[in-house]
Amino acid sequence: MLKFVKYFSLIFFLISGNIVNSAENAEKLLTTDWTFKGPFGKFDRASLQRGYQVYQEVCASCHSLKYMSYRNLSEEGGPEFSVQEAKAIAANFEILDGPNPEGEMFTRPARLSDKFAMPYANEEEAKSANGGAYPPDMSVLVKARKGGADYVYSVLLGYEDPPVGMKLDDGVHYNKYMYGNKIKMPAPLSEGLVEYADGTSATEQQMAKDVVSFLMWTAEPHLEQRHKIGFRAIVYLIILSILVYFSMKKIWSRIETEV
Amino acid sequence: MSEHNYQPKSKFGKWFNDRLPLLTLANHLTDYPTPKNLNYWWTFGGILTFCLITQIITGLVLAMHYIAHADLAFSSVEHIMRDVNYGWLIRYIHANGASMFFLAVYIHIFRSLFYGSYKSPREIIWILGIMIYLLMMAAAFMGYVLPWGQMSFWGATVITNLFSAIPLVGESITTWLWGGYSVDNPTLTRFFTLHYLIPFLILGLVVLHIWALHVPGNNNPIGIDIKKPSKDTVSFHPYIVVKDLFALLLFLILFAFFVFYSPNVLGHADNYIEANPLVTPAHIVPEWYLLPFYAILRSIPDKLMGVIAMLSAILILAALPWLDTSKIRSAVFRPLYKQFYWILVLDVLILGYVGAMPAEGLYLLIARIGTAYYFAHFLIILPILGKVEKTLPLPMSISEPILGGSLNAEPARSKENSQKL
Repeated sequence: MLKFVKYFSLIFFLISGNIVNSAENAEKLLTTDWTFKGPFGKFDRASLQRGYQVYQEVCASCHSLKYMSYRNLSEEGGPEFSVQEAKAIAANFEILDGPNPEGEMFTRPARLSDKFAMPYANEEEAKSANGGAYPPDMSVLVKARKGGADYVYSVLLGYEDPPVGMKLDDGVHYNKYMYGNKIKMPAPLSEGLVEYADGTSATEQQMAKDVVSFLMWTAEPHLEQRHKIGFRAIVYLIILSILVYFSMKKIWSRIETEV
Repeated sequence: MSEHNYQPKSKFGKWFNDRLPLLTLANHLTDYPTPKNLNYWWTFGGILTFCLITQIITGLVLAMHYIAHADLAFSSVEHIMRDVNYGWLIRYIHANGASMFFLAVYIHIFRSLFYGSYKSPREIIWILGIMIYLLMMAAAFMGYVLPWGQMSFWGATVITNLFSAIPLVGESITTWLWGGYSVDNPTLTRFFTLHYLIPFLILGLVVLHIWALHVPGNNNPIGIDIKKPSKDTVSFHPYIVVKDLFALLLFLILFAFFVFYSPNVLGHADNYIEANPLVTPAHIVPEWYLLPFYAILRSIPDKLMGVIAMLSAILILAALPWLDTSKIRSAVFRPLYKQFYWILVLDVLILGYVGAMPAEGLYLLIARIGTAYYFAHFLIILPILGKVEKTLPLPMSISEPILGGSLNAEPARSKENSQKL
């Protein structure tokens, strides 16, 4: 029994060791005190709300969140704006709808059920507005990058002067953490760029932390529920295993062989 | 089997059983005599059955919401993750379930290798198992294509391109597989259809696998035949059922850990980027469970030979019952084989590791040595070993683990050995 557990965990660690190894990055990523990590991790509502503000005022001019709807902003486990607030946010955006009975397309203010408004009509427009580079949709961005939240956080704060001797084309910027170190996006954050309603001071680190937390939520909107159910499921399984273990001992005690 | 003397107690039971002997079958399954010395490595058969059923059920639910279309597949998966009730849970169970399935099947296969379960009279069970394993790989590969992320698309491109290595007809076969001139919507729809079909084929083979098992009965850690059923065996229910259940629960704790706390750690981040035929990812890597074979494929400079080597690495297992010339089943009584067994385990783990690394420099060299050793193990070491190895004396029976010869002085030894791996 003990041997079994020993070997089983050995295999487990070999596999996870393999993953950790292959996930190693050349440059050690920056990190911060994320609230959503770990088995009890939760989002910080205030941080998500500030993060939404940063997204809307800074990122949204180029980056879409095409899988997000305005209703998500008031749903449990997210920034948890009130329904009224979420409605008011949605009403700020114009959405193309139609055709109407006359066969014409029209615009109207967004409702809770609408997806987030897109910054560009299509990929070509996005590219031509950004020197040929396509600003990726950010809905699942945090999950789509090795290093996850730490990586996105690092890239946001990783703008530096290029090392001596490195020549950069026009419109290309040096970033310490970006894959290949070259990035077309200019440094998006600067001290005091947004004014937080709750009085938090808008340092670069603070804005990066808030917006990355927000993007972690857009990538995993059910993260809190997952952690909560997971804890219950594992506790349940452990208790059940203990009960079954003693039942097994009892049943096998009818014959002399040990289990 | 020989329990045709079973008679249901109730009148209706008798009437029904005479027409369809389901109750006889149920009776056979519960009373099935199982060696009483089976250790926990034997619980993975039950765990694998559980994995298959879980994959089928979660897969059915996912298929109700998934859209097999190149333009919609990625967003339909996001729809499942966001808007379908507990869709995230079902998809994470399915995605991690594939990994857990392979983890369990590898333990199951290596258990068989250690205790010689593939040897006479169990060759057919073993070959059915290899067929199941092959189908599992096909199902897993096609399933990985369905979310239509970058790794889906490029993984599909790399693997289907392997067929183009076939002389003369390779290109045509590849075009036929794709349903066009590149991996595209027709490829996705047919992969979805096959991904839906294969689990049921596996289920059928699993029934045959268990049927074939129930003819000679289970092998056991000391690898000798049952001498006295009344003393050497226990009935499947409740003894083995409760033990399998306990092991399954431990397995589920690990499973739950992945699903709830690291659902994406076994996947690849690039698969959360929608497929783009114009952008190739920096490293195209298959899922972890295919890495050893990927390493073998890349270790051969010639494409056709690489494909042949990769396929042979799996198919050679089917010939194993005849390549292993030793009459002794369990490695417990084969001191030399036991060492080579662990070297093989290490070799496969190393191949898996270099399979995840770029195929260049030292990694490539290690992959080549690892590949050569893998084949040498089956083609050279095993046939010779059976002829030259001095095996330890076998116990008289499972219930009387007393060794013949000089080891008689240590009666505790065989019990300790039988639990060792």
